[in-house]
Amino acid sequence: MITSTAKPNSARPNAKKPKLAITAALTLLVTAINLLLHGGMFFFLRDADLNPVVYAALAIVWGVGGVYFIYWSFNWVIEQYSDAWKRRIQPYLFVGPAFLLLGWLLLLPTVRTLYMSFLDASSEKFVGFANYGAIFTNRLLLTALRNNLLWVAFGATACIVLGLLIAVLADRSSFERTAKAIIFLPMAISFVAAGVIWKFMYYYQPGDEQVGFLNAIVVAFGGEPQAWTSMVQPWNNLFLIVILVWMQTGFAMVIFSAALKGVPEDMLEAARMDGAGEVRVFFRIIIPFISTTILSVTTTIIVFTLKIFDVVMIMTGGQYDTEVVATQFYRQFFMFRNFGYGSTLAIVLLVAVIPVIVFNLRQFRRQGGF
Amino acid sequence: MRRKSRRTGSKTVVNLVLALICLVWLVPAFGLFVSSFRPATEILKSGWWTVFPHKENVTKDQIQLPKDTDLRQPIEVNGNKYSDDELRSGVKAPDGSRLIWENRRARTIDVQGSGWKMNTTFTIENYKGVLTGKQYKITDSDGTVKTKKGNGLSRAFLNTLTVSIPATLIPILIATFAAYAFAWLRFPFRKTMFVTVIMLLVVPLQVAMIPILKDYTSLGLNGTFLGVWIAHAGFGLPLATYFMYSYISQLPKDLFESAFMDGASNFTIFTRLILPLAVPSIASISIFQFLWVWNDYLVSLVFIGSQPNVQVLSMKIADMVGTRGNDWHLLTAAAFISMLMPLAVFFGLQKYFVRGLMGGSVKG
Repeated sequence: MITSTAKPNSARPNAKKPKLAITAALTLLVTAINLLLHGGMFFFLRDADLNPVVYAALAIVWGVGGVYFIYWSFNWVIEQYSDAWKRRIQPYLFVGPAFLLLGWLLLLPTVRTLYMSFLDASSEKFVGFANYGAIFTNRLLLTALRNNLLWVAFGATACIVLGLLIAVLADRSSFERTAKAIIFLPMAISFVAAGVIWKFMYYYQPGDEQVGFLNAIVVAFGGEPQAWTSMVQPWNNLFLIVILVWMQTGFAMVIFSAALKGVPEDMLEAARMDGAGEVRVFFRIIIPFISTTILSVTTTIIVFTLKIFDVVMIMTGGQYDTEVVATQFYRQFFMFRNFGYGSTLAIVLLVAVIPVIVFNLRQFRRQGGF
Repeated sequence: MRRKSRRTGSKTVVNLVLALICLVWLVPAFGLFVSSFRPATEILKSGWWTVFPHKENVTKDQIQLPKDTDLRQPIEVNGNKYSDDELRSGVKAPDGSRLIWENRRARTIDVQGSGWKMNTTFTIENYKGVLTGKQYKITDSDGTVKTKKGNGLSRAFLNTLTVSIPATLIPILIATFAAYAFAWLRFPFRKTMFVTVIMLLVVPLQVAMIPILKDYTSLGLNGTFLGVWIAHAGFGLPLATYFMYSYISQLPKDLFESAFMDGASNFTIFTRLILPLAVPSIASISIFQFLWVWNDYLVSLVFIGSQPNVQVLSMKIADMVGTRGNDWHLLTAAAFISMLMPLAVFFGLQKYFVRGLMGGSVKG
């Protein structure tokens, strides 16, 4: 798709190199063309009132074609430089855009957020560690922290235990592929859609006719229907966590399933010969064998769980003491306009994932990355 | 992959337990799917599972009591006496039928017997209602016809596509260029830059949002497609670069040497050699990024805000959950529309899908 949009005309090593002034002029010209073209397209699309389909098509073509054009045009200029300069500059054309974006959108903001976490609500006065102090004293923020711990403790654990259990069962069942597809399916859909699905499962209406599945079951067994997600603290959090488990168990299962296939069959057979039961084989041989996989899946799911946002936002909007750090961040930032608390919460999230960053780096170095 | 020598007895147990788990996993989504096709009035009256054959009390007969029956005295029906309370909640008569007030004031009683029933009224009105942005008519529970404004999801669907396609292809193109340079070109700061990429892999988006939003506000990028593309591109880049690097760096060295011998420039090698070779990897990471953007709520919420022309599906649905929380006929249809694309990808491209998700799960 991409290669057909423009013909790269770079393969001419023997073409006569123009003089310095001309290459400089060309560089400026190409820069100007790019600025004009993309700036023009941006303002045109921002203010244009087109048919939505035409608009979408135009935006997509510009978005994708435009980026390719930037690379292609600047590469064309670099090809005009002398060989020595070309060799020096070209790598930066390749990594440059990636690095500019990363610097602007991730690196710098992290530093700026860290700085803002030491400023007051409107980012005007320096307050030192006051915001961090507030996080551990303010009731709202404390609730958010506590709930995040609940999410990690129950959500991540349930995902891993269930994932492992289902992987083992699937491995021994007669419909492995179908079962795995069914468990994995929820991973594809959005948390917003999953929220709707589960809101409907938990739906409670006064009266004796319950159309929410969970309440219908409760009623069928003679219980009282409940408003599950707003019910007494802190159990309502568990009902939200169930959604995460429903969605993420599939991920753990797929990876565990692949790891299980790697356990050597003769090792298992030997253990069984010695009279070890299936349970013993599982805990003494299979678990130690796939322990690295378990570790990496655990970190992945914990990172994911720490940042949970959409589910809580859709299900309760953070009411009934279900607030987590990410939703509290959003609220502090957009509703209370408290940039100090907002940034501090973001930094708390960052600190929580630092061990994973270190783990990733070490893993990468061990793989002989560089 | 099948292992030998399993006792058949334990295998049946395994199959049963697994089937039960699968059923539990399927029920929530299935309930949504069924409900999205049921009329608004039915959804709130009976559970979605009543579309299956089930035993229910079906009215077989009606008894008209004398209009002056005293409700405070035991009420005689067909020779037996019942209290008013019993008749209100339904009571079993000796012949096995169930007696319940049909209309207490008019003194009519329903005689019900249990019978098989299926609620099979289906409709596509819900979908019409959420998709259109115009006025549409809907019949209410009491039979009155109301005009309501549609939710305009077709526009949101289009917007989501307009956001997702460039927000997938842009970062992956940029990342593949960078991955090629990291893997095969030598230049100062190469290592530092790449370690930075790895460090940024799991950085939470929240850390970056406030400063970016400030920049966007001063640049006028807020609420524009370009703004969302750039944001998604930036957030997707570390993973895409890492993913593409691990593939491109594994390519055999001779490939490049012979191409260089033929006088090909880096750009030619990249577009003619690397891109075609990397198609399976690009497919995997593209699917991951595409679904990530398609399903995203937080980034759109922050960078699109309240611009109605740019709003994406997830925002629309979240809005509907907030404002029309009990309109299950609309919510279920809307949620299913947003699931169409992920489901299509899931069933159509499962191989790439799983690979992409497994590689991409660490994304911040």
